[in-house]
Amino acid sequence: MSEPKVTVCCTVNGQKVEADVVPRMSLADMLREELHLTGTHLGCEHGVCGACTIIVNGAPVRSCLMFGIQAEGAEIRTVEGLADGDTLSPLQRAFWEKHGLQCGFCTPGFLMLATWMLEQPEPVTEERLRHVLSSNLCRCTGYTNIVRAVTAAAKEMGKWAESAAA
Amino acid sequence: MGGIGRSVTRLEDPPLLRGQGRFAADIRFPGELHMRVVRSPIAHGRILEIDTADALDSPGVVAVWTGADVAEIPPIDFRQMRIPGLGDYRQPILAQGMVRYVGEPVAIVIADSPYAAEDAAELVFADIEELDPVMTAVQSPGEFAPGLTTEAGVVRKSYGDLPAAFAAAAHVFELELGVGRHTGVPMETRGAIGYWNADLNRLEMHGASKVPHANRLAIAKMLSLPPEQFHLFEGHVGGGFGIRGEVYPEDVLACLAALRLKRPVKWIEDRKEHLLAANHSRDQLHRLRAAVDANGVVLGIEDEFFVDQGGYVRTHASTVTDLTAGMLPGPYRVPAFAATGHIRLTNKTPAGTYRAPGRYEGTFVRERLMDHVADRLGLDRVEIRRRNLIPAEQIPFRRGLDALGTEVVYDSADFAGLLAKLEAGVDLPALEATLAARRAAGEKVGLGLAYFVEKSGLGPFDDVIITIAATGAVEIVTGAASVGQGVETVMAQVAASVLGVAHTDCTVVHGQTDRIARGMGAFASRVTVMTGAAVTMAAEKLKERLLAKAAQLLQGDRASITLDGCGIPLGELAAACAADDGTPALTAEASFTTDHMTYPYGVHLAVVRVDAETFGMVVERFVVAFDVGRSVNPMLVEGQIHGGAAQGIGGALFEEFIYSEDGQPLSASFADYLMPTLNEVPMVESLVLEDAPSPINPLGVKGAGEGGITAAGAAIASAIENAIQYRINIAQLPVTPARLRSMLQQASGS
Ligand code: FES
Ligand code: FES
Repeated sequence: MSEPKVTVCCTVNGQKVEADVVPRMSLADMLREELHLTGTHLGCEHGVCGACTIIVNGAPVRSCLMFGIQAEGAEIRTVEGLADGDTLSPLQRAFWEKHGLQCGFCTPGFLMLATWMLEQPEPVTEERLRHVLSSNLCRCTGYTNIVRAVTAAAKEMGKWAESAAA
Repeated sequence: MGGIGRSVTRLEDPPLLRGQGRFAADIRFPGELHMRVVRSPIAHGRILEIDTADALDSPGVVAVWTGADVAEIPPIDFRQMRIPGLGDYRQPILAQGMVRYVGEPVAIVIADSPYAAEDAAELVFADIEELDPVMTAVQSPGEFAPGLTTEAGVVRKSYGDLPAAFAAAAHVFELELGVGRHTGVPMETRGAIGYWNADLNRLEMHGASKVPHANRLAIAKMLSLPPEQFHLFEGHVGGGFGIRGEVYPEDVLACLAALRLKRPVKWIEDRKEHLLAANHSRDQLHRLRAAVDANGVVLGIEDEFFVDQGGYVRTHASTVTDLTAGMLPGPYRVPAFAATGHIRLTNKTPAGTYRAPGRYEGTFVRERLMDHVADRLGLDRVEIRRRNLIPAEQIPFRRGLDALGTEVVYDSADFAGLLAKLEAGVDLPALEATLAARRAAGEKVGLGLAYFVEKSGLGPFDDVIITIAATGAVEIVTGAASVGQGVETVMAQVAASVLGVAHTDCTVVHGQTDRIARGMGAFASRVTVMTGAAVTMAAEKLKERLLAKAAQLLQGDRASITLDGCGIPLGELAAACAADDGTPALTAEASFTTDHMTYPYGVHLAVVRVDAETFGMVVERFVVAFDVGRSVNPMLVEGQIHGGAAQGIGGALFEEFIYSEDGQPLSASFADYLMPTLNEVPMVESLVLEDAPSPINPLGVKGAGEGGITAAGAAIASAIENAIQYRINIAQLPVTPARLRSMLQQASGS
């Protein structure tokens, strides 16, 4: 293989990293294959399922739709960075306590998307939660316990607001 | 302590929450090669030539093989429910002269990176002479091969005096009902890593799931390896739903390549391949006649149905057809019954089982019939069911049919009792009044419900080995498998209940063929029932040993000693027993065997709103009442119900594999094959009952894996009709907005 490679420098979960990648390599593949961060999953590689969701420069991104080389200089957060050592984040803990995962394949994507949502200044209402989380697919949980988990985490973090309607 | 009945959090979760899962694509071996499958772009044709020269010249390519290179490998055999005549319809691992569906493997490329393999695969050119495809199961059979028609087999089941039932009928109903082609679609695509382990002089397959022991024997035979030289290893599995873990061509190809090249060969499917190549399911058309008396009691059902099997008959052989026929009468008396199921080959992706195989379809058919009878006779749709249910006094009830090779005997049930509890639980009269008021105000909103009987706990056996270490740690080794449903937690809870330890002190090993000689795997909602029973038995044996040892050490009375009250730590007792045995740790084995399945049952209730302008349908409420005999972990049972319900809603309203007339698949991405998101699924409500514990296993449990999905299509169809006040008859799933619109236009035109 003689495809020329490009060196990408970025920050992943607070650590400066470098990867030599071919320009056509997706950011998801770069994380998984070059940086060995396999917590970011690929469920479709065409931008629909959201399993590959990570946070890039403060925004949720489908890492299957971005090239590795586009991450030059970026601040990246993945599921591996959510826990603080042994301590799970409140959202991770809520997923555990509310049975918000079964096979766990979609879970990293949901965790990253919901982590981003919970960090935004606006409060989380049921409508907003449904609106945001409906961009990812889960085939096991029927979403019911994902909603319960994210709601519980939002309440614990003081981010929950009852809907105006209803 | 986390024993039976407690909603403990799962042992499985911490690594999955931290991104430390080991799914197939996460497995890496040094020096691994990557396999890419070249697939047929043609639905039906004769292969004239496959040109691999350019692919072989492509950078990084190690090998390119076509059918000719694997001609000595036999086709993939059946795992269960083989019936005479099906053998000729099995699939070769690479097409041998003919292609029979778009997506059929015709060649593989092996290269040093997945990108290189994919590039080279684009350069393989298959020259295929196109033939007319067969695209429906109902048309008259075509030719599969010289001397073989596309009707691979017929399954017939019956009981009772059907002519007498029709002679006595006040009403005869004739219905044609169909369920569309959809399937499990787990979020993790398939994957297989063949690994030649030179140190142990054996071949390994990583990324296994569902039935590792059965697949070990099947693949070893195909590769002419002694089974001792081949082992399967299950890591994390991203959802199964029946379709993952059967032997597929790609699994055998990855193993064969590793064996021939003596290097690790990794195959990870992409989503398009998954939708074209992994088992499809459902896709049945039923023609039903029913004899009904003046009170709406069904006297007899005659059903002829057609199963669209796709291009080949895969590992399940006649399973889906068999289950459809054997389970169709459901919870109703139906004194006479005959079903004829045609297994028909077409030029679509081959089909197999998907969660509640045959029951999702059969329940739709039977419950639609109940609705029709009620409507025609002017009866309430709940009342018609009450009149037909098998009364509690007749349980255990011999159905007069068999399914999966076992006699269908409803082991315990109170069908009317569950219906009454659901009616009370949702306050049905009040709910109906509210919906009527909303309809009066102009909304199109309605309610439907449907009854189902499930089956679970298929035998014939399950083995378990439990070991207690001197530290007190308990290890449970089972030949079952996990597809993400919580097997480790549940088995730990069962063992903890007997041994009086914390479930967190128990570890569970599953899906590793080198740890236990035989195993049945995870399918047909069997694990909690079968493996749970074997775990109970093995743990009871250990408990007996431990108590006897404690009595001996304390010189006390065996009958008055308890494990947690004896004052001797469990590990110490276990070590003392092991010393007696001369083994490193105390071990017990047990095997649970059964000839019968156990039958959970329940009702689905749906409230659906139809948008008058877009014909979009919104499921506002979805309630599942489900008697599982006994819940080991109620939280996990509810999780199974939620997930099943969402998939059931998908099959009722959205999911369908559509083909063009010439056999091109039009649903080959997530943009075209629509699965429900959080927008389409309400918070699923569950009413889990334990009123009818199973008398045929030591825990009284029944499998909970499938009852969340079974009646969803039937309940939603009923609710839509109710929403638009019965101006149409829904006879086909999924009910898409376009179909609903044309049905309504036809109804108002006529
Ligand atoms: S893998 Fe990126 S959206 Fe599905
Ligand atoms: S938990 Fe399996 S896909 Fe979401």
